[in-house]
Amino acid sequence: MTEQRIALPAAKDPLLRIVRRPPVSQSTAWKIRALALVAALLTTSLLILLLGHNPIAVYADLINGALGTKTARIETIKITIPLLIAALSVAITFKMQFWNIGTEGQILAGGIAATYFALFWVDKLPRPALLLVMMLAGCLAGALWAAIPALFKARWGTNETLFTLMLNYIALGIVKYLQAGPWKKPGGFPKIPMFDQAARLPKLFGVHIGWVIAIALVVLVYIYMKHTKHGYEITVVGQSKETARYAGMNVSRIIIRTMVVAGALAGLIGFLQVSGANYSLSENTAGGVGFTAISVAWLSQMNPLAMVIVSAFIAILEKGSNRIQTTFAIPASAADVITGTLLFFMLGCEFFINYRIIFRHKEKEVPQNG
Amino acid sequence: MDNLVNLFYAAVLAGAPLLYGTLGEILTEKSGNLNMGVEGMMYMGAIGGLSTIYFYEMYCGAMANQLLCLVLAVAGSFLCGALGALIFSFLTITLRANQNVTGLTLTIFGTGFGNFFGEIIGSRSASNYMTISTEAKAAFANHNLLPFLANSDSAFLQGLNKMFFGYNWLIYFGIAIALVMAWVLKYTRIGLNLRAVGESPATADAAGINVERYKYLATIIGGGICGIGGGYISLVISNGVWVNSCVNGKGWIAVALVIFAVWSPARALMGSLVFGGLSIMRLYIPLGIPMELYDTLPYVATIVVLIFTSVKQTKEHAQPAHCGLNYFREER
Repeated sequence: MTEQRIALPAAKDPLLRIVRRPPVSQSTAWKIRALALVAALLTTSLLILLLGHNPIAVYADLINGALGTKTARIETIKITIPLLIAALSVAITFKMQFWNIGTEGQILAGGIAATYFALFWVDKLPRPALLLVMMLAGCLAGALWAAIPALFKARWGTNETLFTLMLNYIALGIVKYLQAGPWKKPGGFPKIPMFDQAARLPKLFGVHIGWVIAIALVVLVYIYMKHTKHGYEITVVGQSKETARYAGMNVSRIIIRTMVVAGALAGLIGFLQVSGANYSLSENTAGGVGFTAISVAWLSQMNPLAMVIVSAFIAILEKGSNRIQTTFAIPASAADVITGTLLFFMLGCEFFINYRIIFRHKEKEVPQNG
Repeated sequence: MDNLVNLFYAAVLAGAPLLYGTLGEILTEKSGNLNMGVEGMMYMGAIGGLSTIYFYEMYCGAMANQLLCLVLAVAGSFLCGALGALIFSFLTITLRANQNVTGLTLTIFGTGFGNFFGEIIGSRSASNYMTISTEAKAAFANHNLLPFLANSDSAFLQGLNKMFFGYNWLIYFGIAIALVMAWVLKYTRIGLNLRAVGESPATADAAGINVERYKYLATIIGGGICGIGGGYISLVISNGVWVNSCVNGKGWIAVALVIFAVWSPARALMGSLVFGGLSIMRLYIPLGIPMELYDTLPYVATIVVLIFTSVKQTKEHAQPAHCGLNYFREER
């Protein structure tokens, strides 16, 4: 240790130093983010180039594959719906600094509950009542699945990231079990039967009405987070639990309540997926939506309105990546690589929004600030 | 008895990726970095180890030298895992990004990275899937370290041999890393400095320790160790063939095992043995539970461990105090 002390240059400024910026305007912040987006796209272009393809042709084909035909557009919207609602669900918990990565499992829990009514209550209830019951059951199951880790977090501080993640695998195990055993369709493969017409969501403009629900939820969550007491409490708990306690808030209750809301949203996705998109429950019902939603929420800076654009963007990426798989033999997992790269750049660029680097020789030109 | 020996043997083999992941994450967390991207780094290591041998064989002919094969596999998977950790380190240490989200992103990125390259290399090969030669696979096979024990007449000695000397080289390598890490953390100046950085970076900084350098090195080496765990998955468990989604949650269990092992490399040995055992128990001990539910046992057990440790919460064993928080010298 002594030699390290001696090695310190005496009374000389470091080559570069980092100071916090005074808050920059929203437009500057978004300009920096746009630059990061461009940098990320350039990086992935480089990868495509290394694989021996023309990046522009690949991107064009990708967009064309996602938006080129009416069928493709409908498919893209069908990918957007669960992603958007899941991002809303993730965002309200992340805002609270509660790292809920169990959306996947909560979606499955909702799907299981909705499927139960679709399979066994179809002849007991009229269609509107059946759909309503399925929806409520989905929300309730998702909420309960989310409430478990929240209770333990609130009471004992149990690590919520790992807890919620493990519940994903357990929910998946239950779906596989139902698929192979109790709910199996007669015949060879382990599959759950397709739903009766009565248990399927109606369509509006070619897409199941989940999209109307999704848009309504964007507005509702926006209001919930911005203009209600609950939303305010979530923000305060996220900033500092001590402050929240000092202000007389019941932190445990806020954590549990928020997770119940988030879980209900995820459970609703489960219902929409089984009743609107797939007409059955399978191990692919959630299909990674819970994870991608984290990217969407973070890229949107937790802003519900921005999520509409970002989730559509990611959906285009996912749908289009299937096309480039057939045209260019580029695997569909490219979508994950691109999303990951994008997020890395977005995470990195926040630094340049919040801090400024000062080089030694420029020292005198820059006014000091704290 | 025989069944128990077999269960132990299989548990060690299944626990090895968990051991590497846990050790890597312990080293990372000791420096105060909470890298949730173990799953992603394992994917990167899995493709790194496999593709190193794949490309070596492509350009230099089939692998004859087993030692070289092992060295290449370990180096390739280590470097790829370390690359993931380098991205994480740069974003969290230099650019001060949120550690939780960066780790989750690393998982998304790493999963895509592994599957992407696994598929693309496979699709461009003659057989249409990515695999290495039988000679190279032999380097990762289990063999008897002490043949005279295996050939003895005594069932006890045979059992002993199987339980302790009948594994592939990567198992012994993992155990060696655990022991070296335990020693370094406890008895060396470097270990002391590293722990200081994780517990209280400001104090360490004031004492003249280069906090950033320690954080970078610990996180990158830790990521490399996680990467070797991924290499183990693709080379030993998947037997040298790229299987999509091969890591399948093992990285996450490793993150949980760090808590189970209370940040001690020696206890990570025990933890990975137990969880390796839980993941293959179904094949040895039938409990009359449906297969699909039995398979969730390691995840249920992880939750039980999480709950148990959080309810108990002894202070002396707790996580490094500054774990998960970034250190800004200017904002002390």
